[in-house]
Amino acid sequence: MAKLHVSTTINGEPVEFLCSPQQSMLEVLRNTLGLTGTKEGCGTGDCGACSITLDGRLVCSCLMLAAEAEGREIGTIEGMAQGDRLHPLQRKFLELAALQCGICTPGVLVAAKALLDRNPDPTETEVRYWLAGNLCRCTGYDKIVRAVLETAAEMREEAAR
Amino acid sequence: MADIQYLAPRTLDEAVGAYAAAAGAARILAGGTDLLVQMRSGAVRPGVIIDIKKIAELTRIEETPDGGFRIGAAVTGAALAEHPRFGKVWPGVLEAVNLIGSKQVQGRASPGGNLCNASPAADSVPALVAAGATVTVQGPNGRREMPVEAVPAGPGRTSLAPGEIVVRFTLPPRPAGSGDAYLRMIPRTEMDIAVVGCGVNLTLRDGAVTAARVSLGAVAPTVLLVEDAAKALIGSRLEEAALEAAAAACRAACRPINDKRGTIAYRTRVAGVLLKRAAAIAAERAGRA
Ligand SMILES: Cc1cc2nc3c(=O)[nH]c(=O)nc-3n(C[C@H](O)[C@H](O)[C@H](O)COP(=O)(O)OP(=O)(O)OC[C@H]3O[C@@H](n4cnc5c(N)ncnc54)[C@H](O)[C@@H]3O)c2cc1C
Ligand code: FES
Ligand code: FES
Repeated sequence: MAKLHVSTTINGEPVEFLCSPQQSMLEVLRNTLGLTGTKEGCGTGDCGACSITLDGRLVCSCLMLAAEAEGREIGTIEGMAQGDRLHPLQRKFLELAALQCGICTPGVLVAAKALLDRNPDPTETEVRYWLAGNLCRCTGYDKIVRAVLETAAEMREEAAR
Repeated sequence: MADIQYLAPRTLDEAVGAYAAAAGAARILAGGTDLLVQMRSGAVRPGVIIDIKKIAELTRIEETPDGGFRIGAAVTGAALAEHPRFGKVWPGVLEAVNLIGSKQVQGRASPGGNLCNASPAADSVPALVAAGATVTVQGPNGRREMPVEAVPAGPGRTSLAPGEIVVRFTLPPRPAGSGDAYLRMIPRTEMDIAVVGCGVNLTLRDGAVTAARVSLGAVAPTVLLVEDAAKALIGSRLEEAALEAAAAACRAACRPINDKRGTIAYRTRVAGVLLKRAAAIAAERAGRA
């Protein structure tokens, strides 16, 4: 089958890959590029485990064709820490044990970062609605929501300093 | 699997040409939040996928000099929410578009896809119908304009001719004292499909309704424009009797199905309730406009 050649940017780095026309971005990230931090839960847009950003916008990579990445900027969980320095959200999730099995965690972190990038001071309700597309089978959500709110508070303090 | 082709044309003419040439084997791709789910389940097996998001006109939001809006068919819910003016002028339409799925889905889902997927429960469609929006459609025989309510033909079917693509929605200018609202009934607050949806668009002068449009979703094979409900409101001051007459008109218009989400009796009753609540919100907004 004829493969498409795609040139894109992933986590700030230029990347090229070959894909078939109906392959999802999720499949290519995981299977072709070895970026397995992005998870597959449902494949139908319901669970958010596959969350990435596309030109800064939060999307489900299972509901995006890899071919659509041409000329665009993709952000994945692998781009969140700066080398060994975890993002404040990642640190807080560990500190508050806001994860158990961890399957939902990369998607939750990518989604939560997309929220804090836009709104540094969200209310609890805003956090809950923003993360409504990220399903977690383990935590019951409270710890996740608390971790996002506490990170936001810390990041605001940091910024004010 | 058979060979499949992905095209991302930069002009509408190219897109229409490729769409018409594929003679039924092609599918238009906007946000893909319906199409890619259907492809994955095997319900749809296109030979050609035509991505319309590289066509400038389809992703543009424009306020016209007379105060109307033109919304590209492939504009995402997230982009519409970020527009500085749209949500102030058409809060009900924006709410309806933003009810579609999660933030992730909002990053991709478009009103054009919502309309062309032709689900009877599509959330943005009743709000656009209540707004009096029209669509511009381009096909092999050129452009035509039609009311939004003329597009759905039944569950999963549209009245678009072969090769026709929805280009944009046009929302009319707003007279002073206008407000709109969209409400849907779902058993939870997020991530579910409407049991009933109701859009109301009102213009008031000195407390009296001078213009009204009412629409219902998820209670018939296609969206309904309920003209009798609008008639019951026009000329009234939204007294209880007028609201009850409009609610009765909504109930009378319902031709719903029984399914796990709601029975016929329940959907019919809820249609009247949502009409009253949506009218109250629209009137409150009209009072402020
Ligand atoms: C998790 C999840 C939750 C959802 N929740 C809701 C919800 O709450 N309410 C709701 O109404 N919907 C919901 N949906 C359905 C879907 O997101 C919407 O219908 C959305 O608006 C579709 O837009 P799209 O741009 O993704 O369409 P696409 O999937 O790209 O297209 C849908 C269909 O329309 C055709 N099409 C698209 N654009 C055009 C055009 N311009 N001209 C001609 N044909 C075109 C396509 O070929 C396809 O058949 C949900 C979907 C998911 C995955
Ligand atoms: S895998 Fe994409 S939303 Fe579940
Ligand atoms: S930690 Fe297991 S699904 Fe969220």
